[in-house]
Amino acid sequence: MADSQTASLEPITAADGTPLKKKLAQALFRSRVRAVSLVVPLFAFVMASFVIPILALMWQGVYNDRFSSHMPNLTEQLTVWDGLTEPNEKMYEALVADLETARADRTIGRAATRVNQEFPGTRSLFTSTARKAKKLKPPFKESVIKANKKWSNIEVWQAMKITSQDLTPGFYATALDGRYTVDQGFVRQDENRQIYVKLFWRTMLISATVMGLCLLLGYPVAYLLATLPLRASNLLMIMVLLPFWTSLLVRTTAWIAILQSQGVINDLMVFVGITADDARFSLIYNMTGTIIAMTHILLPFMILPLYSVMKTIPPSYMRAARSLGATPTMAFIKVYMPQTIPGIGAGGLLVFILAIGYYITPALVGGQDGQLISNMIAYHMQKSLNWSLAAALGGILLAGVLVLYWAYDKVIGIDNMKLG
Amino acid sequence: MVQANDPFVSFKGVQKSYDGETLVVKNLNLDIASGEFLTMLGPSGSGKTTCLMMLAGFETATHGDIELGGRPINNIPPHKRGIGMVFQNYALFPHMTVGENLAFPLKVRNMPTAEVEDKVRAVLDMVQMLAFIDRKPAQLSGGQQQRIALARALVFNPELVLMDEPLGALDKQLREHMQYEIKHIHENLGVTVVYVTHDQSEALTMSNRIAVFDDGIIQQLADPITLYEKPENAFVAQFIGENNQMLGTVQSVSKNIATVKLDAGDVVKALAVNVGAVGSRTTLSVRPERCIVTAKKSAGTSSLDARIEELIYLGDHIRCRMSVAGDDQFIVKVPNTSGQLGLEIGALSQIGWKNDDCRALDFNESV
Repeated sequence: MADSQTASLEPITAADGTPLKKKLAQALFRSRVRAVSLVVPLFAFVMASFVIPILALMWQGVYNDRFSSHMPNLTEQLTVWDGLTEPNEKMYEALVADLETARADRTIGRAATRVNQEFPGTRSLFTSTARKAKKLKPPFKESVIKANKKWSNIEVWQAMKITSQDLTPGFYATALDGRYTVDQGFVRQDENRQIYVKLFWRTMLISATVMGLCLLLGYPVAYLLATLPLRASNLLMIMVLLPFWTSLLVRTTAWIAILQSQGVINDLMVFVGITADDARFSLIYNMTGTIIAMTHILLPFMILPLYSVMKTIPPSYMRAARSLGATPTMAFIKVYMPQTIPGIGAGGLLVFILAIGYYITPALVGGQDGQLISNMIAYHMQKSLNWSLAAALGGILLAGVLVLYWAYDKVIGIDNMKLG
Repeated sequence: MVQANDPFVSFKGVQKSYDGETLVVKNLNLDIASGEFLTMLGPSGSGKTTCLMMLAGFETATHGDIELGGRPINNIPPHKRGIGMVFQNYALFPHMTVGENLAFPLKVRNMPTAEVEDKVRAVLDMVQMLAFIDRKPAQLSGGQQQRIALARALVFNPELVLMDEPLGALDKQLREHMQYEIKHIHENLGVTVVYVTHDQSEALTMSNRIAVFDDGIIQQLADPITLYEKPENAFVAQFIGENNQMLGTVQSVSKNIATVKLDAGDVVKALAVNVGAVGSRTTLSVRPERCIVTAKKSAGTSSLDARIEELIYLGDHIRCRMSVAGDDQFIVKVPNTSGQLGLEIGALSQIGWKNDDCRALDFNESV
C-alpha cells in the first residue's frame, strides 16, 4: 500500500513511456466511438421528435409575439407608455395605422385573438374598428372613440400593453387562476373564473386514487404470478397482458357498455334487487367512470414492475421467517413486503405519472367532473387555439411530475426503483 | 453412538410424493436422539432435503407420522414447531441489519427489548461477529453471512436445529473451518442437529451418525467409522470414500468368507456381508488404501496379477492406477514410505489384500 502511494506521485507510464492514462484513453477510444455511433440514431430521433418539440412548446408558454409582430407601431408606443395615464394621440395614431395594415394583410384576427385572451370580449372591438380604420381622420383619439367607445376604457389599453410584451408570465398566471396586470402585477382571478388550480388538484386526486387502486388490485396478482407454478403463472400472465394487446379505444368503449345506466352492471343490480329500476347507479360520465376505466387500463403498469421484483425474492426468506417463529401474516408484513418496496415505488410512480397526463379515457368516460388537466390542455391546443396557455398548463404539469420524482428520490431513492 | 430410549425426533413410516406417481421418500423410519448430530447424506434427488423440509414443516408427509419430543407434528405449522433452521443460501433478510435479523425470532416471540439486546449480543459473541451488528447482510462475506445465519437459528434456543447444505457456497478452506466450528457449537450447546449434505467428508467430520440416502431409502444408518469401515451395500461402499469394485459370482460361503469367481476368471476370497446363495451375483469392494502392491500370498489374503497403468505423485501417497482382473480403473494408494518408490508404468506386479478388507456386497451393476 505504502509502495503504491509513493509510486503514484509520479505518473505511471506504459512500456513505451507514454503516460498510462493517455495510453488507456487511446485504447478505449475505438470502443467508445463504436458505442456512441450505435446510440447516435436514437439520440437524434429523440432530440428531433421529443426534446426539441417540448422545449419549443415550453418556450411558447412564456413567449408570444402575435400582437407585437402584427401591430409594430402601437407596440412601440405601448412600450414607452406607463400604463396608468390616459392614452395619448400618438398611441391612437399608431393604433389606426396598425389596424389598417393588419386588415389589409388579413392578420387583424390574430392580434385581436391575442388581446382577447388577456381581456375577453375585445375581439370584435378590433375587427370592427379595423374595418373602419381607412376612413378614420385625425385627431385619431376622438374619431376612434367615436367609432367604438370601448376604446376609451383604459383596461383595453392595459391589456394591449401586457400582450405587446413578447416575453410574458401572463400565461403561467392564467394557468394558476391569476392575472398579470400592468398596475398591480399578479392578481387572483375572480372566484367564478378559477378553474385550473381546482383541475390540477382533481388530477392529482384521481391519479392518486387510481394508483392506490392499482396497487390494491395488482399486488395480489403480482404475488400469484411470482409464486404460482410455471404453467398457471404463464396463463395468468397472458390474462394480465391481454388488455395490453387490445386497442385503448376498444377497452374504453367496452367500459361504456358495461357501466352505462342501461349497461351490464346496472341491469345485473336491478335484476338482483340491489337497486330499483328508476334509481340506477351513475357509474360513467363522471369521476367514478374515469377512475374505474383508468384503473383497468393502468393495472398492468403496476403488476409488471411488482412481478419483476417479487420474482427475485426467493421463497426461502418466507420459510426462514416462519421457521424463526413468525406467523404467515407477520412473515409477509415484516419480511416479504419490505422487499417489494422497489416494485411498489416503480409501479406507483409509473402509474401516477401516466395517470396525471391521461387524456383519451377521461375524455370518453369522464363527463363533467371526470375531466383531467390534460383534457383542458387538449382543449386549448385544439379548440381555443391558445397554445401558449396550453404550454403553460403543460409546463406546470411537468414541473409537478419532476417535484414528485425528486420527492420519491429523497424518500425511497431512485436507485431502489426496479422497472423490469 | 448416542442412543436414548426415547427418541427426540422420530420418522414413522413416512412417505412423500409430489406428483402422486412416484415416491420421493419411501417408507422412512428414523429415530434421532436428543443432542445427536445426525447427517442425512446422499446424492441430489435422493430425498434427503425433502425429509428435512417435512421435519421443518414446509412439506407435508403423504403418509406416516413425524414426532418431535413424543408429539406428532404433522399438523403443527412451521412457526409453532420451534425448530431453528439454516438455509442453503442463508436467507438472511436483506432489508434488516445483522442485529435486526437476529432480533427477529425474539421479537416475534414478544421478548422484552432489553432481553432481546442481551441475547443478540451473546449469540453474536459466540460466533465472533459482534463487530458486525449494524451491517447489512450484503456487506458481509459468504463465511460471515454463514455465521450470522447459524447465530439466527440458535438465538431463540431451539432444541432442534436443521441445516440444509449450509456450507455449500463456501470455498474449501472456509468450509473446513466452519465444519469444526459447527461441530464445537453443537458440542457446547448440546442441541440436536439434523444436517443435510451431499459432501461425504463434511458428514464424516461432524456427525454422530450418518443416514445415507439413495432413491428415497436410507441405505445405511451408522456412525462414521462403521459407515466407512463396514459398508453394508455396494451403494454405500461406493458413495463413502473411494472403493474398487469388482463383479463376480459366489462359488461357496464358509465361516463368513465367500469364495467368488470374478467375471475375468480369477477366484478370490472376501468377507460375506451381503450376499445371496451360492451361484448368485455379487459386488466385491476393497478400499484403495487396503491393497498392497507386490504382496506375497499367505493365509487369509487374496492376490491378483496387476499391471501399473498410471502413477500420480500426491506427496504423502502415490495414487496408482492399475489393470486388475480386466478393469483398468483399479486404484491403489501406495504410502510414500522409503523403498516403495520403485513403481514404474507398465510394470507387471501382484496386488493383494486381507480377505476381511474385501467385502462381498449386493450385486450392483451400475457401479
